[in-house]
Amino acid sequence: MTSPGAPAGGPLAGSGPLIDVHAHFFFADSGRAEWDALNRARFRAGARIGITMHVASILGSWGRWSPTYFASPADTTLGNDAMQAIASRHPDRVRWYVAVNPNDTGHALAEIDRRVAAGAIGVKLAAARRADDPLLDPIAERSGAGGLPILHHIWQHRRRHWPSQDASDGADLARLAARHPAVSFILAHIGGGGDYRHTFAAVRDVPNIYLDLSGSGVDRGMLDDACAAVGAHRLLWGADVTLETGLAKLWALEVIGLTSDELADVRWRNAERIFPRGAFSMEREPGTGNREPALDAARPHPEAGSFGSPFPLPGSP
Amino acid sequence: MIDLHTYIGPYPFRHLPHPEPGMLVSVLAREGVDAAWVGHLPSAFYRDPAPGNDDLLAALAPYAERLLPVPCIRPDWPAWERALAEVVDHGVPAIRAYPSQWGLGADDPGMRALAAACGEAGVALVLTARFEDLRQRHWMDAAPDLSAAAVRAVARRNTRTRIVVCAAGRATIEEVHWGLTPEERELVYWDISWIWGPPEDELALLFRTMGSRRFVYGSGWPLRLAQTPRANLALLPDDVGATALADVAAW
Repeated sequence: MTSPGAPAGGPLAGSGPLIDVHAHFFFADSGRAEWDALNRARFRAGARIGITMHVASILGSWGRWSPTYFASPADTTLGNDAMQAIASRHPDRVRWYVAVNPNDTGHALAEIDRRVAAGAIGVKLAAARRADDPLLDPIAERSGAGGLPILHHIWQHRRRHWPSQDASDGADLARLAARHPAVSFILAHIGGGGDYRHTFAAVRDVPNIYLDLSGSGVDRGMLDDACAAVGAHRLLWGADVTLETGLAKLWALEVIGLTSDELADVRWRNAERIFPRGAFSMEREPGTGNREPALDAARPHPEAGSFGSPFPLPGSP
Repeated sequence: MIDLHTYIGPYPFRHLPHPEPGMLVSVLAREGVDAAWVGHLPSAFYRDPAPGNDDLLAALAPYAERLLPVPCIRPDWPAWERALAEVVDHGVPAIRAYPSQWGLGADDPGMRALAAACGEAGVALVLTARFEDLRQRHWMDAAPDLSAAAVRAVARRNTRTRIVVCAAGRATIEEVHWGLTPEERELVYWDISWIWGPPEDELALLFRTMGSRRFVYGSGWPLRLAQTPRANLALLPDDVGATALADVAAW
C-alpha cells in the first residue's frame, strides 16, 4: 500500500502503510456549502501525511434532516448512500463503515446486510442508544457473523448527560463487548473529549476492545498511558476531524518508545487484523465491493418536499 | 523559531510526565525550536503567585539561553506594581496573567491597568484561553475559558503593549480580531496551538483573512504534544504554506 498523491519528499509520517480507522466525509445534501472542499482537504492532507486508506462513515445528513446522533432511517440511508458513492469513486484510498441507528433495529440490520454486500467493511454506531443497551445485541450479532468490527462513538467518562447525544463511555462499551467476545469493538477517539484515563481503566481487561487514537485532544501522556493500559496491539491510529492532531500523534508515537513492530501495529497491522480479510487489498476494485449505490447520493432527501426539505426553512415560504 | 506557549511544573488536575526544564530543552531541540517563553504552571492556581515566580526564575537559570521566564502577575493582588517591576528587572520578555482563574471578568479594571503597565515596562502580556478541553475538566476546575470579551477589553485602546493569547480557537480569535480597530489588532497575537487544521482548515482560513503575521508558534507543552503546531504548519494548503509567522525574535 502506498499513499496516493504523496509529496515528492515522502509522506510526513513515513512511507509505511497507514490506515485511518476514523474518518468522515461530507456530501451535497449534508448542509455544508463547503462539503466538497472538506472532502478534498481530507484527501490533500491525507496524501501529505501518508494515509493509505481512509476508513470512513457518514452520519446521516450531519444534522440537516435529522440529528447527527439520532439519525432517522431515511437520513441514515441517505448518508450511507453518499458514503458508498465516495468509496466507489476512490477504491484506492477509501473503505467504509455502514452507519446505523439501533433504535430502528429492522432498518439497521437490513442496512448492514445491504451495505456489506456493496463493500462496507465495518459498522458505525454513534450515540442514539447507550452501548450496553440490549437493542445493540442484534447488531453486534450480525457484525460478528460477518466478521465486521464496530466503531462506537464514545465520550471518555460520561459523568452527566450531554446535549445532542445519548453518549456511551468506556464502561458501557465494555459491557457490550463482554456479551460479544467474538466481535472487535473500536472505542472511538480517546482524544475526543472527556477523561481518557477512565476509559483505559474501564477497558484494560476487555481484549476485544481496541482504542482509536483520534480526536482533537493531544494531551501529553495520553498515548503513553493508552499503550501501558492495553498494549500497542490494541491501538488503532485515526484522525477523525483534525488531521493535524493525527499527524502530531504519529510523530509522538515515534518518540515514546514503541518498537518498529509496535508502530506498524498501530499504523495498520491491527486494523488489518480486525477488519474482514482482504478489506484493504487493492484488488478490491469496483465490482468486487465498493459498488455505486443504486440511487444517486445527491438525490433529494426521501422526506423532502418540492423545495428539497422536509421542514420549513427559516425565511422560506 | 520561538515557542511562546510552554510551562514547567505540575498541573493540579492530572499527572504530567516530566514537566521539567531539562526535558523542555530536549523537546525544543527535537522539534527544531530555538527557544521558548516559559511560564510556571502551578502559579496559575496559586492565590499569591510570587513564590511561583521565584521557583520559575531559579529553575530556568541554568537554561537561560533557551528558556525565557514568563512570570505571573496578578493585578488584584496588593503591590502588584512592585512585583511587576521586580520580575522586569530580571529581563523577562513577558508576563502571564490568568483572569479566568482569578475570577476577573471582562470589565475588571485591573487587567487593563496591568496591560498598560506591561507596555510601560516594555514586556508583553500573555493570556491563556484554556489549559484543557472543556469536556474533560476536573470537577474542581471551575474556571471558564477566557472569553473573547475579556481579551477585547484588554486590547481596546491599547497603544503599546503586545498581547499574546494562547490556546484560543477560531471563534474567539475572529471575535476579538474583528472587534478591534486596525491599530488595536496590530498589537494582538495568537498562538497556533489550538487552531484546527485540515479538513476544516481553520488555521489556513485565519492566515488568509487576518494574515499569518498575527500568529506565533506555540505548543502548550507540557500539557499538550509539542509536535502539534509543527504538524499544523506542515499540513497548510499550498497558498498559505510558505507564509511567515510573527517575528518574535525582533520584538
